[in-house]
Amino acid sequence: MQQSALANQDFGGTRQKDGIGFSDEGSQQFMTFTLGAEEFGIDIMMVREIKGWTQTTAIPNAPPYVLGVINLRGVVVPIFDLRVRFGRAATETSAMHAVIIVSTDAKTVGLLVDRVSDIVPVRKEAIRAVPEAATPLDDNFLEGLVTCEDRMITLISLPRLLAVRSPAAAQALATV
Amino acid sequence: MDGMEEIRATFFEECAELLGAAADQLAQIAEGTATEDTLHAIFRSVHSIKGGAGAFGFTRLVEFSHVFETLLDCLRNGKIEATDDIATLLLRANDALGDLIAAEQTETALPDNFGADIVAAMTRAAGGAAPAPRKGDTPAAPTGGAGPRTLAIGFCPHAQVFRNGNEPILILGQLARLGEAKIIADTSRLPDLAAMNPEESYFAWTITLATTEPDDAIREVFEFVLDDCALSIAPADARPAATVPVTTEEKHAAKTAEKPAAAPSPQTRSIRVDIEKVDRLVNLVGELVITQAVLLEQSAGLSVDQYPDLLRGIEGLSQHARELQESVMAIRAQPVKSVFSRIPRLVRDLAGELGKDVRIIMTGENTEIDKTVIEQLGDPLTHMIRNAIDHGIEAPADRVAAGKPAQGTIHLSAEHRSGRIVIEITDDGKGINRDQVRRKAESKGLISPNSNLSDDEVTNLIFLPGFSTAETISNVSGRGVGMDVVKRNVQAMGGRITLESRFGSGSRFTLSLPLTLAILDGMVVAIGSQTYIIPLSNIVENLRPRDGDIRPLVGYGDVLAIRGDYIPLVYLHEIFGVPDAVTDPCQGIVVIVEGDGGKRIALMVDELIGQQQVVVKSIEDNYGAVEGIGGATILGNGRVALILDVSRLHCVRPPDIARVAPDARNAPCLH
Repeated sequence: MQQSALANQDFGGTRQKDGIGFSDEGSQQFMTFTLGAEEFGIDIMMVREIKGWTQTTAIPNAPPYVLGVINLRGVVVPIFDLRVRFGRAATETSAMHAVIIVSTDAKTVGLLVDRVSDIVPVRKEAIRAVPEAATPLDDNFLEGLVTCEDRMITLISLPRLLAVRSPAAAQALATV
Repeated sequence: MDGMEEIRATFFEECAELLGAAADQLAQIAEGTATEDTLHAIFRSVHSIKGGAGAFGFTRLVEFSHVFETLLDCLRNGKIEATDDIATLLLRANDALGDLIAAEQTETALPDNFGADIVAAMTRAAGGAAPAPRKGDTPAAPTGGAGPRTLAIGFCPHAQVFRNGNEPILILGQLARLGEAKIIADTSRLPDLAAMNPEESYFAWTITLATTEPDDAIREVFEFVLDDCALSIAPADARPAATVPVTTEEKHAAKTAEKPAAAPSPQTRSIRVDIEKVDRLVNLVGELVITQAVLLEQSAGLSVDQYPDLLRGIEGLSQHARELQESVMAIRAQPVKSVFSRIPRLVRDLAGELGKDVRIIMTGENTEIDKTVIEQLGDPLTHMIRNAIDHGIEAPADRVAAGKPAQGTIHLSAEHRSGRIVIEITDDGKGINRDQVRRKAESKGLISPNSNLSDDEVTNLIFLPGFSTAETISNVSGRGVGMDVVKRNVQAMGGRITLESRFGSGSRFTLSLPLTLAILDGMVVAIGSQTYIIPLSNIVENLRPRDGDIRPLVGYGDVLAIRGDYIPLVYLHEIFGVPDAVTDPCQGIVVIVEGDGGKRIALMVDELIGQQQVVVKSIEDNYGAVEGIGGATILGNGRVALILDVSRLHCVRPPDIARVAPDARNAPCLH
């Protein structure tokens, strides 16, 4: 299970900036997770905890990627299926799937992923830009690409991911 | 917030409390139920405000409160009588004082002549005499006695003077700098060395001071020890002995006055706590109650023989959790006084504006209710009072013609009744003219001409949107919002409102509110595999319709026929896109609810699970507003259940979508 040392820890920082913050040394820790064969990285400072998948309560008329809400110690937290968010088929959920609870300055949400894999330090200069033709999604939430031990990791900007702009999503989120 | 800001904030908080207390006590004077202690209490409130204002350099506030204080002083000395005019003047002065404080707090400028008329009236009432300086007064008091002279000062610190960090020797040193001082120590109280407590003071001093400083400057030296000593300041030719008793007597009088004054409204010992901390506590206890409910549910199947201690423990936990919740909610509870206290001023201002004579009587101001409800109570209450004065109470001449006293009376009361708070607003005005209401409702098409309505039903038509009985729209209560808005506000906080009225003799509005908004009485219903909560305050009735009761209506979906009426039927599983629900209304249950403005709709669900108190959680915080959903809660099994917002279900019910079954799930978000 992914209830590693990370579980139930408060990583403290709620980052105000839109992008990814780098320390003065230009190095930043990313948590990586997988969806199928692909590996993604998110700013570890925004990760609150990691938990196993639990049943959600459906929200009426929500965008397809919103699986519903769960009770996270008394707080109602929505769970997003990142696969659907990235334009793929829905995840067939099982207890083996992980939910990463992340906080941006405004909201706490859970991201359904296949597996949490690693924590990698990334130096700023190691980040490669996303090739322009390779952004078929309307939201520009891809931060960049890094190579780590022959794996390609796609870095995601959570604030931009969560501040969704697609019409269906806007219906659900813009009204806050 | 730096230190000074914090002190300022505390000052304004205290001012608010003092003003509130003074307003209550002034109301007693107006009613004629005041005692001498009441006057003392008001005097102290105003005096404290003046003192604080002086420390912050709020000159206008100081000047105003000084005149106010002088008038109060004349009253309590019996120099002038507490007539009705004086009582009104005092009330106006208290309001003006509140305005002045608010102006300082928000740092807005008031017109230069603000309160000038009140000040003039107060000075006149106080006999035009220049306010007399009082012993122990704050520096702002007008002062006498500058110029070279010799003063005899008697200074006798109390035994505990050191405990407050005061040091008589420093005071004496400071005094010596003001002029030529001859200080004689009185050591007569000094006990034997063995009996002496080194932390107590046993000395008294007589100081003969030749000075040119004003009296104020001299009193200022003693400012911090005033409460810890007996002090007399007099010209040297007067006998100091004669003045000492005056001061002590006065202090004594103030002390004794405090006790009886405290008796009617007990001054409990209290601490200031940031409201956020209390809110956090309330939330945490809410979690605890939910966790406890989860444990209870999980342990339901366990055998008592096998787990006696565990089950006993869970039972104990349940009880403690409930008690803890009640205690915590009690912390956040506030007396409704904080809302009621604004009403007398409103009544006064409005009655004056409309040329009516209205008296307000308030009872049960100390009834406690959760802060969340208090915050939302103000608007509806204000509106109803406005309404009562504008539409209810007649002009004095009309009243006399109708054989009533010229002065109208509005009675505002609050009380606890079976776990809710009931607020009643009763006026002895002209009441509701049912024929007129009926005609109006018919002419506006709100009811059909032949509908058979009971008297009460006719009366309650005024809560319908688009209804206003005033012949001309006045700028007082006819602001384009009517009683329907009041009703909506009240319903939004899970309350109910009813009206009884007798034409010619008055009306009574009854508001029944939950004690808190954090907890809601809900009906748990199942729709397919999903569980929803319908607020109990919205539910009119539940029924299982028969075959013929459901009729299709062109372009509108289905309607439910019930006792001659037709109510729109909403298939919740369709508008919420629940795939595995009962689709035939005759197999499910129909819940008739009343939403905005008394509009009824019938909601179809699979089954009723039961009634339950639920803790209301926000769904907007982390997700966003959901049409038709008012919030969420966590059930005993730890799962989230959504709470319906009955008033907004209309919006989720576009007729074309309501009939797109059963694949409605994705429809709303694709267009």
